[in-house]
This record gives sequence, structure tokens and C-alpha cells, in this order.
Amino acid sequence: MAEYSVFSLLRNAFSAQPDWKPAWRKPDPKPEYDVVIVGGGGHGLSTAYYLAKEHGITNVAVVERGWLGQGNIGRNTTMIRSNYLLPQNQHFYEHSMKLWENLAHDLNYNVMFSQRGCLNLANSPSQLDDFARRGNAMRHVGIDAELMTPEQIKAFLPALDLNIGGRFPVYGGMVQRRAGTARHDAVAWGYARGADRRGVDMLENCEVTGFLRDGDRITGVRTTRGEIRAKKVAVAVAGHTGQLMKMADIDRLPIESHVLQAFVSEGLKPFMDTVVTFGAGHLYVTQSDKGGMVFGGDIDGYNTYAQRGNLPIVEDVMSELAAMFPGLARVRLLRSWGGIMDMSMDGSPIITTGPLPGMYLNTGWCYGGFKATPASGWCFAWTIARDEPHPYNAAFTLDRFHRGLVIDEKGQGSTPRLH
Amino acid sequence: MLITCPYCGPRDVIEFTYQGDANRTRPDPASTDQAAWNVYTYDRVNTLGDHAEYWQHSGGCRSHLKLVRSTLTHAISSTAFVRDHGEKKSASRRKPGAAT
Repeated sequence: MAEYSVFSLLRNAFSAQPDWKPAWRKPDPKPEYDVVIVGGGGHGLSTAYYLAKEHGITNVAVVERGWLGQGNIGRNTTMIRSNYLLPQNQHFYEHSMKLWENLAHDLNYNVMFSQRGCLNLANSPSQLDDFARRGNAMRHVGIDAELMTPEQIKAFLPALDLNIGGRFPVYGGMVQRRAGTARHDAVAWGYARGADRRGVDMLENCEVTGFLRDGDRITGVRTTRGEIRAKKVAVAVAGHTGQLMKMADIDRLPIESHVLQAFVSEGLKPFMDTVVTFGAGHLYVTQSDKGGMVFGGDIDGYNTYAQRGNLPIVEDVMSELAAMFPGLARVRLLRSWGGIMDMSMDGSPIITTGPLPGMYLNTGWCYGGFKATPASGWCFAWTIARDEPHPYNAAFTLDRFHRGLVIDEKGQGSTPRLH
Repeated sequence: MLITCPYCGPRDVIEFTYQGDANRTRPDPASTDQAAWNVYTYDRVNTLGDHAEYWQHSGGCRSHLKLVRSTLTHAISSTAFVRDHGEKKSASRRKPGAAT
């Protein structure tokens, strides 16, 4: 019987709730593992889960300097979509979408995946042409996309001001109905429990301070809880990739760390039942199941490792939200926070073997790491287990930048501000 | 965040435009060294701590500035005009208006 089910709920309800076990153990580090995953966030935990489930590799440790799910997995705006233009991204993110669709069942953990749709507004005729092109590219490979007229948008999202203050009228939009949101913390906890039950050790409060090496080869990690040897060391530490790679004497990467702010308002009655993005600026907003408006915009734009942002972006994001939904202008903000993004120079991720023997690297998620969580772990686990990438992540190499094979979704050239 | 422009004094960050990492050197424009251009275009040191970087006071005197700013605390320890740093100007043609 599944650990969480209506029967286990009832059985515990009629006793004194004695049977619940912690979602994961708190083991002491073993001296050696087959695989050590550095980073107990969404991607590290899903990697551990798929290593155990898909590849039968269970002698694995996840090493986390704080507590599980402390970083970006708990700091995002929970949006999930696969509406990409370039085939490399399309196949990867669509694989992620398919994993999302079965994730709660697979993990026996309610991740509250809600396919409420994602509507991208076109605020100029050329933007609508661009969405038509992107939507056609998506449909060509079997991903759902629909182009909408302003009338259809009016019916789809009645709360929206189609004139957007008169300055940015809505010319149409593209909707992906299978897109949506999920409960981010549950994703981390579900993966952690799934991996733990298969034998993976979760080592919290265990900061990596260096790598064990045999010549070029990485043979383990030095941590605040002692040395841990490993046949394979996998790195999935998002914004802190640069720091960790410096411990392995790799000084430069095609990555900059930037802060991305997110915001949530006080709870409101049901107001909108989709994810919507503003085309004339950069804003994405949805309403959580608790009723708060969850939204975000651009990164602050300068290098930083501080998990807090500055006021110009706050003002920018608020003005865009109030332009789209004038009725929200007087809604109070409940909280805002920042997460450190690993901004790659072409806006696409890196999931690869290397750069040193015995090492595996997962980074470069820019704004979009949350929706990628299942496929990132799935592909990273494949890459670690078989020492070669799966076709879904074969293009996400580290050396693509120097080989002229960048995956530049916007055709914008090298900048750490893409997504 | 306040940035003290050497010409205008302390001003809000909204008046400034970030121009990126100053820890890299652009190859001579006439250079055909592909590896050097790749490193300049794509690779970053991504410093944790004091970070040398360019800003322009685009909403003020329009000077190009070179700052040393902590990426952990946002505290700025040094601000100067880019040209005062005595960096050698390339003899070759530069884009008009570009920082040295």
C-alpha cells in the first residue's frame, strides 16, 4: 500500500497518528558512495530520485550545506510551461511537462500540479507574428499551443484590461493549456522522500569545502562533516556553481549569478485561473490556491550573491502589474524575496559530463529552473549513470559556447540576461 | 543601493546602467584569435565578494565608471571614472562612445 493514501490517513486518524515516519532519515555520512550529488535543491533531489528509480543506483548521497529545499526550489513563482521555439529546448521541456503530468502519482506525494494554462500576451503586431511562429514550431513537434484573438482573451481572462492603460493594447496572445503551476516545496519533499525510501542518504548541514582529487580526476568531496569519497561527483548548485567550480580550479564559466525577485500579495478571492505574461515588459503572474497573486519580472541586472534585490525592479514589476490589472493597484504586498539565478550566456542550461573526469555538471537555469526540475534530474541521472548524455540533453554541453553551438532562444547574442 | 558618482555625488542606482564585468579584457578588434574572443564573450569569473564592474551614469552625467562592489553585501569600496584607472587605450578603432 502506498505510504500516503486515504487508508493510511484514516488509520492514523482513528489512532493517535502513531505511524507517520519522517519523510527522510538523518543519516551520518558514509566514507564512500557510488555517487555524491552536491546540492539538495530541486534538481539535486530529482537527480537522486531518478538515479535510484530508473538506474538502480542507490548508494548515493545528496550533500546540502543548509537544509533540503532551502534555495531556488522554494523561491520561484512555481510556473511550468514548455512553450519554446528551438528544438533542443522543446524536446527537453516537453519531456519535463510529461513527467509533471504524472509526478504526484509517481512520487505518491501531492505536488498540486495544476494545468491552468499559460497565456503570453502580444502587445504589438510583430509580437503576435512571433508567437504565431513559436506556436507553429511547438505544434510541429506535438506540443499544444493556440493563438488567441483579443475577443478570445477577453473570455479566457475577464480580469485583464485589454487596453493595458491605453499604451500597450493587446493584439492577441498564445496560450499553452497544459502549462500551469505546482506547489514548489512539495516537489522538493516528494523527491527527497522518494529517494530516501530507495536508500539515498540526505546529508544536511554538510557544506562542501573542497574536492578530493587524484590528478585531474575528482574522487570525492571534502565537507564540514568529513571527507566523502565517491566514484562520481555531480554538481547541481545553481547560483553557486562558480564558487564550487573554483574549488576544482576552474576559474571561468559561461555563467553569472544574478538575483531574481518574486512577490506575493495578500490573499484575494478567486480572480484569475491561469498564468499570464505581459508582452510589452517582463511580468508573469498567477494566483495561488491560497489566493495570493504570485508574480515576478526581470532580474536586478548586476552580479550578486545576495538573496535580496533593489527597489527599481520592485517599482517596475508593480507598475506592470497595475497596468494589466488596474483593479489590483491597491492590493497590499505580503512578501517579496530573491533567489540567486545561474544565468548562462545563451539562456539555456548545461547538463553534461565533466568538465573534469569523475565530475558531472548541471547549471545555467536562468529564470526557468523550476519547470525543468523533473527533466533536469531525469537527464542528469541518465548522464551520470551512463557517462553520456541522453538525446534530450545532448545539446546542453558546456563547450557549446566556444564551439559556436549556442542555444539562443531569442537570437539575442551573448548576455547573462536571457531566459 | 546608492552609487557615489565622482562627478555628481551619491545617486540612486536607478540612474545607472550596469555594463558588466570589468574582469575581462577585450582582444584587439583586429585580432582573429578565436579562443581569446570566446573567452571575452562568454566566460566570466563570477566573483563572490569584491567584484570589479562597469556602470554608466546614464541618467546623470553619462560618465562611464569602474566600481568595486561586493556581490555579497552590495557595499561599494571604490568608484572612479574608467579613464582615471590609466588603462591602456587600444590603438585600433573603437566603437564611438564605447568604454575603454
